Amino acid sequence: MLADRDRIFTNLYGMGDCTLAGARKRGHWDGTAELIKKGQDWIITQVKESGLRGRGGAGFPTGLKWSFMPKNSDGRPHYLVVNADESEPGTCKDREIMRHDPHTLIEGCLIAGFAMNSNVGYIYIRGEYIREKELLQAAIDEAYDAGLLGRNACNSGWDFDLYLHHGAGAYICGEETALLESLEGKKGMPRMKPPFPAGSGLYGCPTTVNNVESIAVVPTILRRGATWFASFGRENNTGTKIFAISGHVNSPCVVEEIMSISLRELIDKHCDGVRGGWDNLKAVIPGGASVPLIPKSLCDDAILDFDWLRDHQSGLGTAAVIVMDQSTDIIKAIWRLSKFYKHESCGQCTPCREGAGWMMRVMDRFVSGKADIEEIDTLLQITKQVEGHTICALGDAAAWPVQGLIRHFRNEIEDRILKEKIPA
Amino acid sequence: MSDLRKIIIDGIETEALGDMTLIQVCEQMGIEIPRFCYHERLSIAGNCRMCLVEIVGGPPKPAASCAMQVKDLRPGPEGAPPEIRTRSDMARQAREGVMEFLLINHPLDCPICDQGGECDLQDQAVAYGMDFSRYREAKRAVDDLDLGPLVETHMTRCISCTRCVRFTTEVAGINQMGQSGRGEDAEIISYLNQTLHSNMQGNIIDLCPVGALTSKPYAFTARSWELEKVESIDVMDALGSNIRVDSKGRRVMRILPRNHDGVNEEWISDKTRFVWDGLINQRLDRPFIRRDGKLVACSWDHALDEAVSLLKSEQVTSIAGDLASVEAVYALSQLTDSLQGKKECRVNNVDLPIGNRSGYVGISRIEDIDSAGRILMIGTNPGIEAPVLNARIRASWLAGGHVELVGEAVDLTYEYKHHGTDLLSLHKLAKNMEDVDLTDTLIILGQGALHESLDNSALGIAMNLADRGAGLLILHTAAGRVGAMDLGFTTEGGLDQALDGAGVVYNLGVDEIDIPSGPKVIYQGSHGDRGAHRADVILPAAAYTEEAGIFVNTEGRPQLASKATFPVGEAKENWAIIRALSGKLGMPLEYNSQIQLRLKLAEEFPHLMEIDMVRENELQPIETTQAGNTEFKNVINDFYLTNPIARASAVMAELSYLTRTRDGELNEAA
Repeated sequence: MLADRDRIFTNLYGMGDCTLAGARKRGHWDGTAELIKKGQDWIITQVKESGLRGRGGAGFPTGLKWSFMPKNSDGRPHYLVVNADESEPGTCKDREIMRHDPHTLIEGCLIAGFAMNSNVGYIYIRGEYIREKELLQAAIDEAYDAGLLGRNACNSGWDFDLYLHHGAGAYICGEETALLESLEGKKGMPRMKPPFPAGSGLYGCPTTVNNVESIAVVPTILRRGATWFASFGRENNTGTKIFAISGHVNSPCVVEEIMSISLRELIDKHCDGVRGGWDNLKAVIPGGASVPLIPKSLCDDAILDFDWLRDHQSGLGTAAVIVMDQSTDIIKAIWRLSKFYKHESCGQCTPCREGAGWMMRVMDRFVSGKADIEEIDTLLQITKQVEGHTICALGDAAAWPVQGLIRHFRNEIEDRILKEKIPA
Repeated sequence: MSDLRKIIIDGIETEALGDMTLIQVCEQMGIEIPRFCYHERLSIAGNCRMCLVEIVGGPPKPAASCAMQVKDLRPGPEGAPPEIRTRSDMARQAREGVMEFLLINHPLDCPICDQGGECDLQDQAVAYGMDFSRYREAKRAVDDLDLGPLVETHMTRCISCTRCVRFTTEVAGINQMGQSGRGEDAEIISYLNQTLHSNMQGNIIDLCPVGALTSKPYAFTARSWELEKVESIDVMDALGSNIRVDSKGRRVMRILPRNHDGVNEEWISDKTRFVWDGLINQRLDRPFIRRDGKLVACSWDHALDEAVSLLKSEQVTSIAGDLASVEAVYALSQLTDSLQGKKECRVNNVDLPIGNRSGYVGISRIEDIDSAGRILMIGTNPGIEAPVLNARIRASWLAGGHVELVGEAVDLTYEYKHHGTDLLSLHKLAKNMEDVDLTDTLIILGQGALHESLDNSALGIAMNLADRGAGLLILHTAAGRVGAMDLGFTTEGGLDQALDGAGVVYNLGVDEIDIPSGPKVIYQGSHGDRGAHRADVILPAAAYTEEAGIFVNTEGRPQLASKATFPVGEAKENWAIIRALSGKLGMPLEYNSQIQLRLKLAEEFPHLMEIDMVRENELQPIETTQAGNTEFKNVINDFYLTNPIARASAVMAELSYLTRTRDGELNEAA
């Protein structure tokens, strides 16, 4: 369990002072200029050594991503874009950072911006986050007034402007290239990769898109050292992580914990256990709507980190743990996710546009049992036809929950179909 | 610097440029990659996902070959060239999957779909799809759009490839189409339900890989496999677009573009595409002679005798119209010479310099537009004088070229710097350009800058600039003009001089002007238009789809038009009528077939038989006269009604009406 002294986000619950003064009291904005003066290479090396992996879902090493940015500008400006379009069902971690500890993010933007030669940063915030937008904007204004942003930001000698852009509430705009399109004022539709944003991103310029949490932890990593951060968690899955636990637990919460914490410990320590006791657990979606669920049998030994979950055909995603107890109609729960993806598919490429609706409709009939047993395999095949064939990862995200359901609860679907066919 | 890289495709090693896409490399190697959204001349969308291929050693998922460039591929172990597979299980399964997704919501209405038989979806479903459907849910239905009188929509069939959206925004330069909605509710729409305001819109019918966008005038009239397909040349403007004329029996059913990189790429204007209903209306299908002020139908013998008696008794002037082929003009030229008559093809008071090909054709090619850094247009509106050429200028502008215009300020679908509307402005501009390097400048001089009243001063200025390195292209509006100029079908002093003292006018399809009262008129042409109304003898002739002929386009490129159908009624081929007349006159021309005619032509004008070749013209600058202050007036006002065939077309009439209503020239209520 993470000791209080090792917490990065010490005001996650908004109990303390959210203003700049409060943030400074908690140790943020401390010696930022000195950190920056240590140079870009030092910052990137520290981030690499800390083992920080992107907190937005894919878990790509953050330091490595930063190092993809061209070292010297060819005349084009570089951009830092922060993905605050937190729309993954079950996920609400960035929200707490932005409304209660916004200065961790703002300080992180300045440092990250400096590290990749960018004088301008954009934060793209989810459309539904209206109060959060106000609070974050207030914090940015505060930082400007205090000279922490703008010309010679924080007396570091680096000019850095930070803009907050309010999205319009489309899930797809959380995909990095769709986010860039939306930021440019176009319809949020993902771009083809390559070219990757580091080569040609926002307005065709080198761009790095990072999750809020990935950026917000950077100042503390630099202050306390890469080894400190790397001391938490298993190898290759280091650091602290904010988990958001929802669903059938006694007290759902958002909590910062060490990476690679066991699922049981997380639920028992922070959420007062599963509703009706651990044995009442049915399944857990460990990383937000888009990762496959894991059944109780796996939950017993589950370790919440990128590699363990990947090895067990799921994923850490955004670490949004959705807990479902025995009372859950698991087919209907996954159907609801299919419905979500059908609604949020942007409609640009064929497999996702046509496949998401098809999957939802078949799931529709599975819920009521009005289907044939063979259709389970058909559905599985459809998910495979979507997966990996689309422009962006939304196709995969739509396919995986269904695959997880069929993998672990095929018997339940079969039972329901048979029950419908042969009334008791 | 060439950036050749080795790459292995399906086990075959080849070399390709780094910035080529995989689909292009495969195309070069003759490997077929199915595709719906990809089109060579449009931007890359990558949304149909049909062209997926396997990249060996890459991520465990296939890549879209239309978007992946050779240079994006990582080399294999130990520097081995990257390898892709287009027929592996991964690629095959990906295509099967995509095909199934495309078909689940596609209606099974192929038997009543006009695209049937030439449908990409049909063809590729056979080649790459499965033979059964697993889809048990309800199919999607989509409301149709009203895009105007040309493009019919069946949006339920749409597979959202966005080719139409990309064409209209990129090539045609209108922002009226787009995709709205999300996910499976995404639809291709025209914003605010507008009809399309473009004279290039017909091309989206060809681009549509399914039957979502079909031709309204052609709707439900024929199946593609019943049609006789003949490759020909368009005469609606002077560009000489390459076309294919599809006919059934004696009727032309539709006209489609052919690819020619140097001329029309693969686009044609709406006038070219939809004019075919004009080929059956208002036709002169038998000879007429005027008796007591009225035109009376008669036999060929009778009409020819009447013509002969006129030609024998009076001073003859021959004039050639916009649609006359080289052969017809050549025959008429020889006939006129033997009658010691005068001849003229510059019938719209345009002062093209006689014998100076660099002055009436220019020294550049249409292709030069692509590479020109600066395009200066003088007295022209290419948007209606040659829409396809205008699209090419637009492409050059999109690629970063600068466009400037001296002449009437019109909407050209792109931005240009306007330097004024008259000769004085041009003069000033030329003065300002004195110290500028002109090597990447291309001047496009329109007919509006060649009016007689200008006394060739605009041309003189342009040739002066050309002498200093600029390119020069004379943009004509008549398909037959350059050919007739090449044949020397002119009289010093122009049309007024040619008609001066004429007792009889031999009118070969001139319908755009009024022949002054006085002389008798023999009219040879295809349609009952202005020329026929003024005639004393009418000799009915074939239209451009009904006879073979050579047409020299605006850049001086002779091209061969072919015969797609037979002339209507008793109408005959143009050269043959003149040949018959020469026999009756007792001074027979020396050929009895078109082949013989062309052999003669080749002797006298060898360059006219160099089909599809553009001769380089040596610049012969002409003296610039003192610049007055004359306004440049464009020669075409109504794009849709420029020639007798278009004027006989109901479709063109409707388009003309709609355009004028839209532009506020007509009141809709009126």
